[in-house]
Amino acid sequence: MSPQTLYDKLWNSHIVRADADGTALLYIDRHLVHEVTSPQAFEGLRLANRKPWRASANLATADHNVPTTKIELGIADPIAKLQVETLAANCRATGITAFNMGDVRQGIVHVIGPEQGATLPGMTIVCGDSHTSTHGALGALAFGIGTSEVEHVLATQCLIQKKSKAMRITVTGKLQDRVTAKDLALAIIGRIGTAGGTGYVIEFAGPVIENLSIESRLTLCNMAIEAGARSGLIAVDTKTIDYVRGRPLAPTGVNWDRAVASWQTLHSDPDAVFDQELTLDVTTLAPQVTWGTSPEMVIAIDEVIPDPLAASNPTQAAGMARALEYMGITANVPIAELQLDKVFIGSCTNSRIEDLRAAAALVQGRKVAANIRLALVVPGSGLVKHQAEQEGLHQIFTAAGFEWRAPGCSMCLAMNADRLERGERCASTSNRNFEGRQGAGGRTHLVSPIMAAAAAIAGHFVDVRKF
Amino acid sequence: MDQFTKFTGVVCPLERANVDTDAIIPKQFLKSIYRTGFGPYLFDAWRYLDVGEPGKDCSTRPLNPEFILNDPIYQQAQILLTRDNFGCGSSREHAPWALADYGFKVLIAPSFADIFFNNCFKNGILPIILPNSVVTDLFTSAVELAPLTLTVDLQNQQLLMPQGAIIQFPVDEFRKRCLLEGLDDIDLTLRQRAVISSYEQQHHQQAPWLCGQV
Repeated sequence: MSPQTLYDKLWNSHIVRADADGTALLYIDRHLVHEVTSPQAFEGLRLANRKPWRASANLATADHNVPTTKIELGIADPIAKLQVETLAANCRATGITAFNMGDVRQGIVHVIGPEQGATLPGMTIVCGDSHTSTHGALGALAFGIGTSEVEHVLATQCLIQKKSKAMRITVTGKLQDRVTAKDLALAIIGRIGTAGGTGYVIEFAGPVIENLSIESRLTLCNMAIEAGARSGLIAVDTKTIDYVRGRPLAPTGVNWDRAVASWQTLHSDPDAVFDQELTLDVTTLAPQVTWGTSPEMVIAIDEVIPDPLAASNPTQAAGMARALEYMGITANVPIAELQLDKVFIGSCTNSRIEDLRAAAALVQGRKVAANIRLALVVPGSGLVKHQAEQEGLHQIFTAAGFEWRAPGCSMCLAMNADRLERGERCASTSNRNFEGRQGAGGRTHLVSPIMAAAAAIAGHFVDVRKF
Repeated sequence: MDQFTKFTGVVCPLERANVDTDAIIPKQFLKSIYRTGFGPYLFDAWRYLDVGEPGKDCSTRPLNPEFILNDPIYQQAQILLTRDNFGCGSSREHAPWALADYGFKVLIAPSFADIFFNNCFKNGILPIILPNSVVTDLFTSAVELAPLTLTVDLQNQQLLMPQGAIIQFPVDEFRKRCLLEGLDDIDLTLRQRAVISSYEQQHHQQAPWLCGQV
């Protein structure tokens, strides 16, 4: 048999039926569900008098709309409340397991999947959320879908798909101390652009990837969609297997041994051919900060804000000029000089225990700067929150002047009450700096958790390597 | 889904690259549990000068005169012409719901984001990918003619210019058939019920850990 990429292996093992034109019916092992993109799908099922094909393939949680403070009071916004209650009711009616508000297992859908072992190597995983790419870090083929496809998966356990092309990004060299997977993700997006991965599944490989922890790999694959790729992938290694072992939904006994044997084949064969290859040496990579309104508008902490005069075409120049205006910044000014109003540590990109530990280590014994109106830490799940509290991280954050919140998507997309006001500037560990993403008129700069923590203490961006 | 038929419509030129789905329909409108009613909030932050909220009566809201969709000549536009990477970001299907609810049937750009592109077909919207140079020519015509009207013929995969010029466009055969016939994907897939069951049984025999109860 000809050598296969990891993507080939995952794709081929899930084909239910392949048509001559390349359209395939692909079997879906795991479907993650949240409140925002599922109500219309459940309604569609009901109207057509259909039932979920395999209820046990689904796992639901409420994350986008949940409040992160005073959760015992419930959701104040009646429209959001109805949406969260609708998810719970739909899951009850169809026999789908749901981690509702108040359950310690509730949290951001892309945090709880790996945490519970609901995400396993070799699976196909979908969710009505673009950041489903996250789960590829464990050697699963995972991608975001729309609500019509949510309904399709519920009804048939399959999706009609065409195979994407395969890209491999090989990362060489060595990351400097305090340069993280988030910086790497932003640097890749800066290099290939937000459409650079369109039509591709990106496999991340090379010594730097092998050295990353699983949680860092989750951060990297999470951002694959910001490079335009529906899926990110990383080969299974001993770290993957060690991470999965003992999780609530991981196999046990004989099945564990069989599973591990099968997972050990989940890597690209040595001579596998990719449609596109890119190599990136990260030895000199500095911490990254986005300056504009697209994740590709990113520079190193020691650089100045770019000038539209340097753009390669008129459309790009107009986009840059518009971004400068929206962000309320001027070209050629060092990014480190920007004064901040808010800091957000959280989101499916950076709200896991390692993120919180790293940020807390930096914050310990220091105080949030006077110009910072709000500095939020929002753990990714109830279990992450619990673990952090066991380690006393919450006390470090609150002593420094951060607010310690309950789990959810929070200010990543500001569907709940956590948001930026017009004109406010935020250092955020989330994944999107689009106009209005964190609140109408809000200005988002994407950074790593330790860059956000350092910025909160300094009141402006600083090079965390020298902090 | 309604069948996609040949039509002639006004082209609205939106001269921006990387238009994300947060811009197409902002997050506050995603709290709805319904599929309909998003049209008035399409491009909400660009279209209005105030901040929109679900349920707000849009007929009395202050319009942004600078935003192209507010130009009276584009009120009935059915074709949106735009730049690279349209629909990037969030997978929210509320974006194509809002575009369709407003009245857009066709989108033309040099490239689209993958998930958005896919979502369009599920909602009777035809996204057309054309080379950059052709898109630029269309922008030129759209500005000169203001408005440019195009006839979209999906059956023959052609755009007909007012002067008779023809632009051929590519479309996936399966998706073309679904649009033209207004087919329901789920019905089509459920016709394969036996094949799916048989695959599933074998798959779970080989990897029993994949069928565990959550």
